[in-house]
Amino acid sequence: MMKAQNVIEVENLSKLFGDFAAVNQICFHVKAGEIFGFLGANGAGKTTAMKMLIGISSPSSGKATVAGFDVYKQTESIKKNIGYMSQKFALYDDLTVKENITFFGGIYGLSKKKIDQKRCELVEELGLQEVTNSLVASLPLGWKQKLAFSVSLLHEPKIVFLDEPTGGVDPITRRQFWELIYKAAHNGTTIFVTTHYMDEAEYCDRVSIMVNGKIEALDTPKKLKEQYKTDTMNDVFLKLARG
Amino acid sequence: MGILVKNISKSYGKLTALSNISLDVKSGELYGLIGPDGAGKTTLFRILTTLMIADKGQATVAGFDVLNDYKSIRKSVGYMPGRFSLYQDLTVEENLNFFATIFGTTIAENYDLIKDIYVQIEPFKNRRAGKLSGGMKQKLALSCALIHKPKVLFLDEPTTGVDPVSRKEFWEMLKRLQQKGITILVSTPYMDEAALCDRIALIQGGKILEIDTPKAIVGHFPKPLYNISASNMYSLITSLSHYEHTYSVFPFGEFVHYTDKREAMNVEEIKSYLVQQGLTNIHIERTQPTIEDTFMELAK
Repeated sequence: MMKAQNVIEVENLSKLFGDFAAVNQICFHVKAGEIFGFLGANGAGKTTAMKMLIGISSPSSGKATVAGFDVYKQTESIKKNIGYMSQKFALYDDLTVKENITFFGGIYGLSKKKIDQKRCELVEELGLQEVTNSLVASLPLGWKQKLAFSVSLLHEPKIVFLDEPTGGVDPITRRQFWELIYKAAHNGTTIFVTTHYMDEAEYCDRVSIMVNGKIEALDTPKKLKEQYKTDTMNDVFLKLARG
Repeated sequence: MGILVKNISKSYGKLTALSNISLDVKSGELYGLIGPDGAGKTTLFRILTTLMIADKGQATVAGFDVLNDYKSIRKSVGYMPGRFSLYQDLTVEENLNFFATIFGTTIAENYDLIKDIYVQIEPFKNRRAGKLSGGMKQKLALSCALIHKPKVLFLDEPTTGVDPVSRKEFWEMLKRLQQKGITILVSTPYMDEAALCDRIALIQGGKILEIDTPKAIVGHFPKPLYNISASNMYSLITSLSHYEHTYSVFPFGEFVHYTDKREAMNVEEIKSYLVQQGLTNIHIERTQPTIEDTFMELAK
């Protein structure tokens, strides 16, 4: 048990829609505390793969465990043990900051005392003292995204899935967001993240690139750049995804 | 006869969306409006396409005033809004035909202009627009915005949420359209795309931070910029944030971009500070600022 544990294990996982293999026999492992970048062009199958991993879509074939739980049989346990945030679904706009925290804390079954404690920590850390009773709708996008990320960590999940968390966010906030990610990883949370910003791919410990349902490359950014003889992850991506 | 914007302001209740904005886009120019969500980009597009009236200021598009000549503007511009706004229950071909007809033209008459783009979706011309993939929707929307041969093309965040490969292809299409003499105003939150424009306006919080060519904007970066890397990124950022001489520190791909408060910075001194903090494998080298560096400096 002393060696780094795998928090996600995926073996030959596939998802078919009719004859079309949206995800085609993918294999990979993610280690505890790792920042894992899950990249690919639009339509490459990232979202379909992610849906299977977070327990909301049943695979057609193959094996996978997330936080030790089986993606076929233990989807409810998976949901309790992961955090999830995307740009499309994050927080309720018509609830206040405080109400959102209380709501999500409640959903994840935290005690009232624990929710209060977490809320104070979170408000303090993000500097949201002035706006705790403001509607989330009134916050700038960058604040919302940082808050949404922190809320996804409320129940101290082993792993958090981030689906394009920084789309459209200004460059300074985007970096503050990544500092939060580093901090969470530093504290042992595993990060599974998708992004279209290739500089963010460089921030990941390891990166996989999906092309037409398959994982075509998987390594550290440094080794991928060496392998494809380029200076940037952007060029690696262009070389691979162009076929 | 491109676009002229003079002291335009617009508020929604208490929220100021645009605050005294001025800019001019020359005829035939590819001009970028670069800024994050909430900067006011869409509001400016709506004012220029005559869908909204400014509180203050004047603007002309292709020589026409946005208030008095709004009908002429509508005939001479193409507009691709940020949200997909074609008819989902019409087919690809029906959408294109619809837009050609309301502008009093035909697909055949201007096919030359859209050919490059349209051939990529033509195999799916009998598919309903609602059933297209994101990339194909984008190409159809661009074809529809071009079918009446506009003088000025407005593209509001055409590449948001689009992967790097499709983004590159999209910009290649824009360059070809520019060569056909169309003036293009395009907005984007991706700073790397700014480098592909003739001139750019950096915009945040309803105010213009700076207007110039991408090259000149980068040249305005006020301080020597350094790439720093070390064994552990998180510790590196934390250590540098607490360093007394740090002016700015931002993660930038595999490096941290660092500027120093002092006139002359001492590389060896920073190195030994970082070693003291327990970091190993430290590399420090001078680097060229990017548009994103400049944007962050201006927005600070």
